[in-house]
Amino acid sequence: MSGFASSLPVSVTVNGTTYEREVEARKLLIHFLRDDLDLTGSHVGCDTGNCGACSVLLDGTLVKSCMLLAVQADGASIETVEGLSEDGELTALQQSFSDHHALQCGYCTPGMLMSATALLRANPSPSEAEIRKALQGNLCRCTGYWNIVEAVKAATDA
Amino acid sequence: MLLREVVYAKPVSIAEALDLLAANEGARALAGGQTLVNVMKARAASPDALVDLNGIEKLRGIDLGADGTLTIGAMTTYAEIMASAEAKARPILGEVCAQIADVQVRNRGTIGGNLCSNDPTNHLPPLMVAVEARMTVAGWEGERTVPAGEFFFGVYLTAVGPGELLLRVEVPAGKGDGFAAVTLGADGTCIVNAAASVDGDVRVALGCVDAVPVLLRPGSADAEAVRAAVRAAGLDPPDDVHATAEYRAHLAEVVAVRAAAEAAERAAAP
Repeated sequence: MSGFASSLPVSVTVNGTTYEREVEARKLLIHFLRDDLDLTGSHVGCDTGNCGACSVLLDGTLVKSCMLLAVQADGASIETVEGLSEDGELTALQQSFSDHHALQCGYCTPGMLMSATALLRANPSPSEAEIRKALQGNLCRCTGYWNIVEAVKAATDA
Repeated sequence: MLLREVVYAKPVSIAEALDLLAANEGARALAGGQTLVNVMKARAASPDALVDLNGIEKLRGIDLGADGTLTIGAMTTYAEIMASAEAKARPILGEVCAQIADVQVRNRGTIGGNLCSNDPTNHLPPLMVAVEARMTVAGWEGERTVPAGEFFFGVYLTAVGPGELLLRVEVPAGKGDGFAAVTLGADGTCIVNAAASVDGDVRVALGCVDAVPVLLRPGSADAEAVRAAVRAAGLDPPDDVHATAEYRAHLAEVVAVRAAAEAAERAAAP
């Protein structure tokens, strides 16, 4: 039986690159991404699980990386906002955020993009109600959400 | 935020998890973590050790029995319940799970974590009481099954004692269910909720008005009977920044009537 440990070896693939590190059990995934791997695209907004700025895809599933220990991600494949664009080419969703002024300060944007990316993969033609429900876990204090919803709508197949 | 130092283990079997919980008195089971990790950040809880249940396949999954009984593993997430074809046998389960928090929380949060934390603002405790679910708990003396009506002991306290684990929840067949809640924003923190089931018997379980769900048997799902039952319950709900005790007691009547009406309508549907 494997016993308790205060730090464990963790192997994760983030945006296609595999990282192996010894990680303290108490370290949250968001801090592992930002501080250990220097992937600072995912943000710490509220640190209480409310704002969604730290949202990432864990084996394709949208999660808040501040409510997960880094050791829990061992063996997983993670996608962060840094992994969306390829060779400097924005995704259609990212371009749509730019075109629709879907950000002001930009703090919530990485989380918004990951939530909207998860939505559009599962449902390429969501209704406005489905878009709003999908972004429920992401708070924005600048835009009032209007332009964010417009940007996601414009990036759908509908 | 940096958590207090903690040791961690990820067992792959129930027996191993029980061993680990027994080995360390300060150990807590980590389910979806959507409550526990946050209270650890705030130091509202500081377990010395975490036993991560996410590696135990036997705690996941939904099975529909020949008699219509749904057996839901404690580590099944809200999102899995919402997406499950089997769980549609009792549609209220997925409908209520869809009203919990947000996508990210529904992807990680589990039915077992929701029930074992018994936060009075949670939706699933009153729902389980209304549908007369049964919880199977494992400890060193073996397994035992506890009816939902006897599962909740107090705020954050349930029949799952130290060193024990909730394994699964059984929900009997039925279709005459209703649910209503008043929350802070869509799917936000709950001020008061009510779950109702009509199957000959009429049960209305109120949440957020006491430390544990309050079960009423109004005899009829008619609005007046339900209102009278809520009034007769002599509720003394908590008074806080979100709602006064008086307002909560009023809302309890409102949501009880709505949930009972929905349950009766569905019970009568062909």
